[in-house]
Amino acid sequence: MTLLGLLEREPSHGYDLKRVYDEFFGRGKPLPFGQVYATLGRLARDGKVMVGEAEPGDGPDRKRYVITETGATEFESWLTEPVAPEPSLQTVLFTKVVLALMLGRDAQQYLDAQRAAHLRRMRELTELRRTGPLVDALLADHGLFHLEADLRWIDLTTARLDAIAEAVRS
Amino acid sequence: MTALIEARDLTLTFGETPALRGASLTADAGEVLALMGPSGSGKSTLLHCLAGILTPDSGEVHFNGRRIDTMNEAQRSELRRRTFGFVFQFGQLVPELTAEENVALPLLFGGTRRAGALAQARPWFARLGLDGMQRRRSGELSGGQAQRVALARGLVARPQVLFADEPTGALDSLTGEQVMELLVGTAREQGTTVILVTHEPRVAAYADRETVVRDGKASTLAAERIAP
Repeated sequence: MTLLGLLEREPSHGYDLKRVYDEFFGRGKPLPFGQVYATLGRLARDGKVMVGEAEPGDGPDRKRYVITETGATEFESWLTEPVAPEPSLQTVLFTKVVLALMLGRDAQQYLDAQRAAHLRRMRELTELRRTGPLVDALLADHGLFHLEADLRWIDLTTARLDAIAEAVRS
Repeated sequence: MTALIEARDLTLTFGETPALRGASLTADAGEVLALMGPSGSGKSTLLHCLAGILTPDSGEVHFNGRRIDTMNEAQRSELRRRTFGFVFQFGQLVPELTAEENVALPLLFGGTRRAGALAQARPWFARLGLDGMQRRRSGELSGGQAQRVALARGLVARPQVLFADEPTGALDSLTGEQVMELLVGTAREQGTTVILVTHEPRVAAYADRETVVRDGKASTLAAERIAP
């Protein structure tokens, strides 16, 4: 869907799509060329993009891809559709705490270690948002708010640990 | 490295209520240390003991090799004026004074003449994005602006240590981030050590390290306590 969105911006070659994708969305994980062309092939098959004639130039592929009406409509509807909120009711954090309490292990020690690990990551993201471009800051903020939510849960759980232990063991 | 600030086994009870029950911590020169913990955990009380505002019932507080919990009030007041800066949750600007007079206050108390103090205060306004607000009084400033003025006041005398108690507690996320940027950025530039009390993880993430205060006890960073 991201590639479709990039084509909505302007008709592009596969190489350009990959370059823009990597710059904004890759985050250190560049999109393999194979995946770009496989996706474009699938989109063409489904009538969401059209493939132009091969153009002369360097490199194996100089075909320009253009989004179709069907593709644009699908993208538009995807863009405005809210993502399903995922309450993550069975997180690993939760499982570890409950199991630790169930087995009489030191849940507090685990929560402290988790808290420190979360804050360490938050410090890294804070540094990124302070020193990086605004788009990176946007992504870092998203991470920071999620980690903060976890941390608040960790703090609340820490504060109620005795009561939770009782509930788990009874 | 020898710690710039060290608290050893502090206890302090208010009436029947123990606020500190054996709190210890250290902070190095130039370090930004966050004190975290739930409400009522004793983190603000600990900060006040470190800053020489409160005297612990027992334990020791050392600053730069000098013991401050045994100093008399005049000595501690002198230390606070000359060496420490403060920022609190609600700017606590003096409403009768203009913003620049508020910033200049620590310099005036330190004996700098008025014209000199104001001249030193003024450059802070551009730095904090408050140009043109020098003559405003606190009632004419937004919460974020007032807090930046308070921050300038805390740092204008280039203190060795800045004590910040929930400095963003009354601000929205974006304004809070801006205040923290300025606080930590300026403190690092000046080499000022910061002791930052906060219950907000995103604020604590600006610090180099955190100490968790629970039930009046301060524990060093959990990651240090737990074997790798």
